[in-house]
This record gives sequence, structure tokens and C-alpha cells, in this order.
Amino acid sequence: MKEIVVISGKGGTGKTSFTAAMSELFSDRVVADCDVDAANLNLVLNAEIMESFDFISGRRAAIDLTKCVACGRCREVCRYEAISTDYVVDGFSCEGCGACHFLCPTGAVSFDETLCGHYYTGKNSNGQDSVFAELLPGAENSGKLVTAVRKKAKEINESAGHAIMLTDGPPGIGCTVIASLTGANFIVFVTEPTVSGVHDLKRVMELAHFFKLNGAVVINKADLNPAFCEDIGKLCNERGFELFGSIPYEPQISQAQRQAKTILAYAPECSASAAIREIHQKLVKRLETV
Amino acid sequence: MKIAIASGKGGTGKTTVAVNLAWYLADRSRKVQYIDCDVEEPNGHFFLSPYLNERVEASVMLPVVDQQKCTSCGECAQKCQFNAIARLPGNTLIFPELCHGCGLCLHVCPTSAISEGERSIGYVETGMGWGGVQFAHGVLNVGEPMPNPLIRQVKQHGLEDHIRIIDAPPGTSCPFVETISDADLVILVTEPTPFGLHDLKISVEVAQARGKQVCVVVNRENGPFTPLNEYLAVNGLRVLARLSEDRRVAEAYSTGEILVQALPEYAAHFAAIADEVLSLTAAEKYRSLEVHP
Repeated sequence: MKEIVVISGKGGTGKTSFTAAMSELFSDRVVADCDVDAANLNLVLNAEIMESFDFISGRRAAIDLTKCVACGRCREVCRYEAISTDYVVDGFSCEGCGACHFLCPTGAVSFDETLCGHYYTGKNSNGQDSVFAELLPGAENSGKLVTAVRKKAKEINESAGHAIMLTDGPPGIGCTVIASLTGANFIVFVTEPTVSGVHDLKRVMELAHFFKLNGAVVINKADLNPAFCEDIGKLCNERGFELFGSIPYEPQISQAQRQAKTILAYAPECSASAAIREIHQKLVKRLETV
Repeated sequence: MKIAIASGKGGTGKTTVAVNLAWYLADRSRKVQYIDCDVEEPNGHFFLSPYLNERVEASVMLPVVDQQKCTSCGECAQKCQFNAIARLPGNTLIFPELCHGCGLCLHVCPTSAISEGERSIGYVETGMGWGGVQFAHGVLNVGEPMPNPLIRQVKQHGLEDHIRIIDAPPGTSCPFVETISDADLVILVTEPTPFGLHDLKISVEVAQARGKQVCVVVNRENGPFTPLNEYLAVNGLRVLARLSEDRRVAEAYSTGEILVQALPEYAAHFAAIADEVLSLTAAEKYRSLEVHP
């Protein structure tokens, strides 16, 4: 089994639309949506939920005011300003470190595990497997939820014997991205020829180097700015990542999304679909050497 | 006055709205500061081209173990919620990237073997941007998993007497929550697609649970998208502006141009958003006059 992770640095470059299209071209695969706090992939895959799991992670403090003697110790040790002057814990600010719980002299602070979200296994109408998740609004530990999603996807892979695991990663370079990358086999960077796209691509490439991962680049909305496409080509050479190809700016992609379809299903003849099929061929070939 | 520009889904046009709103307000002689809290991938500087004259390292607390005093009792490792401490025979090991800097280990160590050190996670830069917009942003070190302490430190560079336009990171989890925590108004930028709507709903839920006033800007509109319009109507969410799908906007964005300069017909949209901000500012001033006559 080989795991391909799709990331971008910058948001909105087309990771999810690209992953959805790829998932149609790889027949023997499981798909994992690791953008857990903005999980959109299933809006296109339309998988039916097979199994649902609670994601319980991290603990949250709560103060029992009948035991509290208002000594102020918890407010003193809390570095997240999560405890109000009348000793109520703000669940959003609480980092779950437990300092107040362990140091309270009267044992007034409980510290219980919390439900942070759910993750699901699903099958689409062709019987293809996917794993996706939903973080509860504002909940923490999204990195750990990413790890749970990938673990579940790998389990499915092992029992079904799929050749490919396709992971849709989150934007940025922080904990959820790191959790999506560690131990993967290959990265596809989906970028766009804009000043922000190039800047953010450099940073995710550095992250890939940091974790010693191989990858290749796809330029989406390529005809927006040919000069930046050249810059991206040079950057790929410098950093040792192959440039797999370009997808033209295609307003039909959002039309396809509105009908819950991939661009391949919605407009198979358009130039973006042709480009995606070509990139898939290259990816298949490249994976033989990974 | 603090206005957070956020979105849930990435790439809907947060930075475009934030930099243009800041530029527009400055152009109307308002004191404005743009604060980029998307510390993982900050991009506002490409549009406001600031002259950055100050750079401050951002660091977090890191425990330092005095191995002479440490008895390897394991109390710190057992209590640490982030698995950032491992007890080995005759040695206690700290994993800096996992540490949240909470300081619990300092308190629970029975032999006071742990002291407080520092670890850099990135830096904050400030300066003066294009059109007189004050500028601040944070840049997270690559490989650093936790942006929140840096987001907090960037916001500390806010200028009290300025309208502060805060550019939020994408997503709806902790970095987003941290960024909007002290905002007076949250403007959510969305796009009329199922992806945009799905993430908008989560962002609205989180922002309202935090007691925030929420307004919406619809970007890249391309014919009516009924599910979005229904959602906005049912939840009574006010739309400050609707920008249409326009390849020229994407092209101007690609090179880091200020939209209202490149395509002046877009100024009307930012005038509408600015009106909302200024009416809040006026209300705030009025309130402060009442308190201090």
C-alpha cells in the first residue's frame, strides 16, 4: 500500500477537487479526508456512512463551586487565562493541561475526557471505501483526529488489500498538516500561480524536507499567470520536486461541485479533466519507483 | 475596534477582503492596522508591501531539567497531558515540539529540578504598509506544530487607537478560535459552493458560541446558489457585500495588487463593508463618551 497525501500550504488552491478527481481514477484505493475542521471531500464523494466512531480526546477542567474556596491558586497557575474571577472555566480557552486540577488544594477541579468529534467509514455507490471526520465546532486536538482518520483508513486498506491510500490534507503547515504527513509515501502539492501560492508552496516544501518526504507539484488555475508558473517550475528544480503538470483555470469546477460531482464526471471533455487524467498517468508511473 | 476576517474554508478571499478593507479605510483617512494572524502561511505583506522596521522573536516556555537534582521519579511525565516528557532511568527527557508551555511540570516536581527556559517558535514583524496602513504579522517556524502562542503574541502588537483588521487562518478549530477571541465583529468570507457553505455553517456556529457578532461577504458569486441564500436568510445573517466571479480579480490577486486600485469599480463593495465597521466604531466612541463624559 502506498499513501499519497495532497497538500498545498495556501487554502483554496483546489486540493479537495483534485483529490476527488484522483479518487475516481484510482480504482483500487481508500480515501481519507484529513482536513478535519473543514471536511468537504464527502460532499463530492457522496459516500454513505458505514460505521461511526466517537473521537474522545483531551481533558477539560470544570470547577465544582461547592468545593471551591476561592483561594485563587488555579487562576494563578493557568497560563491560558481560562478561569474567570468567579471561578468558571472557559472551555474554549482551556488548553487541557490540568494545572488547575492537579494543584487545587481542595480537589474542586474535575478533569474529564471530552468528546471532540466523530469519524466515519463510508462507501460510495461503487462500493469504494473512504474515511472522513467531523471535529465538533471549536474543539481541539484536530491533529489527533487526523491521526485517528489515517489509522482507520490504513486498517481498511489492510483488510481490503487496496494498493493506494489517497489523503486529502489540510491547509497550512501546523499540527494537522504534520499529522497528515508523517510516515506517508508521497506528497502531491497542489499550488496556484499567485504570489501567495508560490510563497506558501515554498513553506510546505520545507516541511516536506523536514520530514524527508518525496513529492511532486501540480499547478492549478495555471493560465492565470504564466510568469509565476515559470517560477514554480524553477522552484521545483531547486528543491528537487518533479513538476507533474498544470490544470487550467476552470469555472466549471465550482459548477461541478454544486452538483456534487467531480470535474471528470461533470465535464469529462474539458481541458481541466484532460489535464487531470494526464497527471494521474504520471502519478501511477512515479509511484512504481516510490 | 477589532474586526476579524475569517472563513473556515481556505482560499475564499479572506486576505483580499482584509487588505482591501484596510487600504480603503486608510485611504479615507482612518487610522488602520492590518494584523495577519495566518501565521502558518501569512500573505498580507504581498499586498500591503510594508516597510518592516521591527522584528521580535516569538518564544514559548520550555522546561529545562537539572539532571543533578532530578531523581527520575516520573511525576512530571505522568502528569503532563501532552506526552512531552519521558522518564528514562537516571534521566528525564523533554520533547519541545509537544510541549504546550503550561508549566505544570514546574509545580509538580518534588525536587524543584525543572526551571523555565525559552524556545523560539517564530517571529513577529511590524511596520508601515502601503497607503499608510500599519502592519503586523507573525511567521511560524516550519516544522512547528502549534500556531496559537504566536497568534496571541501577534495580537499583542495591536495599536489601541487604530481600527484593527485581523486576517484569520483558515479552518474552524483552535487557531481560528484564538484569532477571533477578542474581536468585536467577525466578517466571514464565503463562496457560493457546497464546500463554502459547509465550512461557513461551522464558522458561524463557533463564532456565535463565542458570543461574536457575525456578518458575511459572499465572494465569487456566479448566479444564485439557493442553499447559501436560504441559510443566510434563515439564520438572519447580514451580507455586507457580494463580489462576483471575475477572472480579472484572480489575475490582480496573483501579482499582489490591491483590488480597489487595480479595478476601481470594486471600491463600492469595500465602501459597504467599511460603513459597517465605521458604524461600530462610532457606537464604541459614543459608549466611551458615556462612561467618561
